Amino acid sequence: MSREAANLLVVRRLLVVVAAAFFLGFALVPLYEIACEKVFGIKLDGAGVTASEARAMTVDPSRTIRVRFDATVNSALDWEFAPKHRVVEVHPGQLTQAWFTATNRASHPVVGNAVPSVAPNTASIYFNKTECFCFTEQLLAGGETRDMPVVFVIDPAIPREVRELTLGYAFFLNDTATRRVVAADVAATPRS
Amino acid sequence: MATHSATHDDHDHKPQGFLDRWLFTTNHKDIGTLYLVWSLIMFLVGGAMAMVIRAELFQPGLQLVHPEFFNQMTTMHALVMIFGAVMPAFVGLANWMIPLQIGAPDMALPRMNNWSFWLLPFAFFLLLVTLVLPGGAPQAGWTLYPPLSLQGGYSIAFTIFAIHLMGISSIMGAINIIATILNMRAPGMDLLKMPLFTWTWLITAFLLIAVMPVLAGAVTMLLTDKFFGTSFFNAAGGGDPVLFQHVFWFFGHPEVYIMILPAFGIISEIIPTFSRKPLFGYQAMVYATASIAFLSFIVWAHHMFTVGMPVGAQLYFMYATMLIAVPTGVKVFNWVATMWRGSLTFETPMLFALGFVIMFTIGGFSGLMLAIVPADYQYHDTYFVVAHFHYVLVTGAIFGIMAGVYYWLPKWTGFMYDEKLGKIHFWWSTISVNVLFFPQHFLGLAGMPRRIPDYNVAFAEFNMISSIGGFAFGLAQVFFVYVLWKASRAGVKATDQVWEGAKGLEWTVPSPAPHHTFQRPPVIDDSKLAHGDVTH
Repeated sequence: MSREAANLLVVRRLLVVVAAAFFLGFALVPLYEIACEKVFGIKLDGAGVTASEARAMTVDPSRTIRVRFDATVNSALDWEFAPKHRVVEVHPGQLTQAWFTATNRASHPVVGNAVPSVAPNTASIYFNKTECFCFTEQLLAGGETRDMPVVFVIDPAIPREVRELTLGYAFFLNDTATRRVVAADVAATPRS
Repeated sequence: MATHSATHDDHDHKPQGFLDRWLFTTNHKDIGTLYLVWSLIMFLVGGAMAMVIRAELFQPGLQLVHPEFFNQMTTMHALVMIFGAVMPAFVGLANWMIPLQIGAPDMALPRMNNWSFWLLPFAFFLLLVTLVLPGGAPQAGWTLYPPLSLQGGYSIAFTIFAIHLMGISSIMGAINIIATILNMRAPGMDLLKMPLFTWTWLITAFLLIAVMPVLAGAVTMLLTDKFFGTSFFNAAGGGDPVLFQHVFWFFGHPEVYIMILPAFGIISEIIPTFSRKPLFGYQAMVYATASIAFLSFIVWAHHMFTVGMPVGAQLYFMYATMLIAVPTGVKVFNWVATMWRGSLTFETPMLFALGFVIMFTIGGFSGLMLAIVPADYQYHDTYFVVAHFHYVLVTGAIFGIMAGVYYWLPKWTGFMYDEKLGKIHFWWSTISVNVLFFPQHFLGLAGMPRRIPDYNVAFAEFNMISSIGGFAFGLAQVFFVYVLWKASRAGVKATDQVWEGAKGLEWTVPSPAPHHTFQRPPVIDDSKLAHGDVTH
């Protein structure tokens, strides 16, 4: 093989490595999710379980778990947001409803999205929500206050050493949806 | 150009016009020189930024610059030093020395070599122009963690495109080096006879092509998050900012070895020369380098122990990180064993090499301290980290580069540098760099956070000492430029071998090395190679 051909072969092979490495950078996104959920048992998305799945769990009255609620609002969103009660005590397997209250301090409609998180993170796969305001976009009119429910059940399979956990929500501004709502409002307003 | 090519068999013919000589050059020595000069300029630019940082930190309180500008300085200092000074310096040394060390007439892909270099000025124009744009340069640190990096102005787009260009430049340079080493070796120059500088660069080049594309991917995701509404890292849209840290450090940890492995190679050339003994454990050095490179891919999360990782992951990353101390220990042991009962002399390259061995090891030990998870919760994001990585990067990578420059400078210019000035430069740098960085260990242990323009008065004394060391070290590098300038113009004529104990092909060509060398492959005589006898 001539030297030129040999060089070209090396370049071709290395470019394949480069392309694979670039691809790997993006593949790390799903790999990260798989590693968190399947290897380390940390639930990243707030995906819920169905109500029938939740009812199928047997209540374990021998144990009580203290659930704390935490609420924060991202600085880009002009809302107030707080849980109705700071703490509830529940039995594993028991379907429980909790309420959060959000107020839009702006004078125009704003859409927000709540992102849930459970601490300690290793308990997150045992924490199941059947109903949550975090599943959908929340539209609040200017000045509107709304009570928002979350219904959850703790899997009785949760390790015994977990006696307390925290459910936190952070509300973020949903720019795109807010623009869509404002545009729809303008279109719906009859011209005089 | 036609006549130019026609006369190309004239061996010492250099292109005459300035543009032909430098802009259109495909000569490995000229491109090497371009890289080295570029790196020196960037070293001074990044150094000037460090002087701003140390001046502001001279006393508690805000004296000289706005906090925003201070944050721009810390970010730009890191990006300029990593991508502008350290990496191009190693590529420049590789361009100059690898063909000479393996008996090749030039790099395998000379035109691509030219392009690799000439991307850099454009990349750094994009990066540095952000300093004068509205909103200023990026302020989120060189790691560009979101959400902070996405909350600034549009300068992040300039930074990302600059990183793309630097990445393309590095990848092309790495492909070129691999092709050169695999295909261009003189007959008889087996892989396990190659000098260690060439070996470490071969391994470094593989690291580069494996991780620079990952960085390109990470910053591309930042770009689309900022401007195209994606949510890779944006929590509001269901993304995860911690994911960025994982992707970044998957690049970032091999990157820190990219910045040190070639320095290991340089030191492994210099210590045998001035000990007048072959390197102790040549093959062990090669395998240790390869082991370090492999381990660098599986330890990344030790940079982010405090994000809230499961205990199992923390334990794994802690032990995997500590494992790196084994091959690194092999290297340090072999350097010391090479000197054992050697006939030592202490010319400037040897002084820098010894400084490297001692001070890099200090940086390595503080790295081990940082690897201990429970201790890291105290050290994380403090000046202890700053002290650690400056010991491995300044007294490690930069001292390695300076050792290499003094070692090979007579081969490049044909003149011996002024030995007295070289020694002054070494002692001046070594004393000041320790005054500069050693107190930062104490500041970090006492809890001073990194990347802040103001601090508690309790930290005042050590910061003042550190700043004084910083100014002295900065001045020492201006003196270094003078030493280099002087040595490039005149001095004692260098012999072909330059150093009494030097072995290897690069010392068989005249000093200064002619424009074209090894047009005909050299005949390899194992006894004249540094590592010809693989059984030792």
